[in-house]
Amino acid sequence: MSQSERRIFNPAMECIDREQLRKLQGERLVETVKREYENVPMYRARMDAAGIKPEDIRGLDDLKYLPFTEKTDLRDYYPFGLLASPKKDIIRIQGSSGTTGKPIVSGYTRNDIAVWSEMMARTLTAAGATCEDVVQVTYGLGLFTGGFGAYQGADKLGAMVIPMSSGNTQRQITMMKDLGTTILCCTPSYATYLGETIREMGIDPGKDLKLKAGCFGAEPWTEEMRVRIEQLLEIDACDIYGLTEIAGPGVAFECLEKHGMHINEDHVIAEIINPATGEQLPYGMPGELVFTTITKTGQPMLRYRTHDICTLTDDKCACGRTLARMGRITGRTDDMLVIRGVNVFPSQIESVLVGADGVAPHYMLIVDRVNSSDTLEVQVEMTEDMFGDTVSHIENVRKYITGQIKSVVGIASKVTLVAPKSIPRSEGKAKRVIDKRKL
Amino acid sequence: MFIKQISVFLENHPGALREMTELLGKGGVDLLALSVADTQNFGIIRIIVESAQIDPAVQLLRDNGYIAKVNHVICAEVPDRPLGLSELLAMIEKANLSVEYMYSFQRASSQGEAALILRLNNGDKAAKLFQMNNVKTLSQEQVDAL
Repeated sequence: MSQSERRIFNPAMECIDREQLRKLQGERLVETVKREYENVPMYRARMDAAGIKPEDIRGLDDLKYLPFTEKTDLRDYYPFGLLASPKKDIIRIQGSSGTTGKPIVSGYTRNDIAVWSEMMARTLTAAGATCEDVVQVTYGLGLFTGGFGAYQGADKLGAMVIPMSSGNTQRQITMMKDLGTTILCCTPSYATYLGETIREMGIDPGKDLKLKAGCFGAEPWTEEMRVRIEQLLEIDACDIYGLTEIAGPGVAFECLEKHGMHINEDHVIAEIINPATGEQLPYGMPGELVFTTITKTGQPMLRYRTHDICTLTDDKCACGRTLARMGRITGRTDDMLVIRGVNVFPSQIESVLVGADGVAPHYMLIVDRVNSSDTLEVQVEMTEDMFGDTVSHIENVRKYITGQIKSVVGIASKVTLVAPKSIPRSEGKAKRVIDKRKL
Repeated sequence: MFIKQISVFLENHPGALREMTELLGKGGVDLLALSVADTQNFGIIRIIVESAQIDPAVQLLRDNGYIAKVNHVICAEVPDRPLGLSELLAMIEKANLSVEYMYSFQRASSQGEAALILRLNNGDKAAKLFQMNNVKTLSQEQVDAL
């Protein structure tokens, strides 16, 4: 199936000697730490508390002494508290959902957008894209990084971009056919759905379409899904990884070897730590993935804890790249869910319920995948206050809760009202989520 | 005119209605009228019982984890003949009121009458309208005596 050609966007960096890379990472880390200490009160306070001065950080080996950054820090210092550049130098804001009601945002300087574009251009090239390709961006173009990330990378490549954004499957397929899309960027579940719809419509991808590859990310997926997408669409399906806190899609990407995602290590340092102790773990050991940005100037991050669990390897890849690879995300160290590409924390739902008058804070989230699309059901217990003796009264309560969840979490859900005390009460760690998806 | 009704929230699952009526039945509660409003996700059960049984029935339901509330509905009678009901509804419509729900009673004060439980969107206006038009309504005591 692999008809795509193997190309490397920036061989000097992507195939760099690893010793040289370590040196470069060390130099860039020193610069970043200095910038954080001088410009970001939170980092200065944490380093002071730990008795670390910027000059104590002399290279990569000193990384382990630096404090971690958590998603909650982005919430606590929302919106501009973690900027390491003057606000006038910030040219873009992207964001995602936080752990509770408040979103988190990241500010990008022109330099940061260039860094991110470079990472995404490498990503697309690794999937076989060139300036001759037609890239259909089906990630949402908005505050979420998916759409703009893919757009900028394709733009840097000089490819023809179709900025479709998400939704409207029929129109996606029409444009794909009419404009001769060759590279598709979307979530793997949407790729599956597109593939199934295309087949149902009687379109033969091998004859009627020009698709050759896709960069799929923003949610965890499996080898089985890869096989299915590749068969449905007759393409190479490559996994990509990214997060708003670090840049967006393109932090790591698969090449056509499809054997782990190369990390753009000249821009970020990846570590695996023991989530319980914070200790660094050697390559090959599963643990929590931690990123430090070393070229960003707007909102650089020191040791950002992703809470994603995976392994790293620096074994040589057949593609020629020397950049270390991360394996598939095998789990989370917290209770975050990825639903239709959106990060969802049970605590967000809880904050909605606690904030609504007369609603009990007892809930159960049931996540499933129906027709390749994730579904979220929120079971909420009925209370005296919510109950009225007309159907319309109860439906209004239900609609209100659904609307609040949508505005806080950003995705649609189905709210089901259940009998009082039917949801298990928390004894220690309550089970709040039933995830029926086979991932 | 207004009588007390018990409304109960039921989750939509097989056996839910049976479990609830069994509970009330074993508690000696006699159901005079009952209606089931169901949606895809839940049901509302509305019950009329003799006034002496209202508080014990609600307590029994709550003790067993049900959400139950007492509210006021109109008990009216219409002639038990074709068009008996629609004449009443025409009057309600003309007054710009609307029926939120309605169900019928098993018994009536006399042969030739049919008793109904009604809830209109505005209870006060409904009371005035019914009085003005001499619609026959039953009080709690009259219902108890049926």
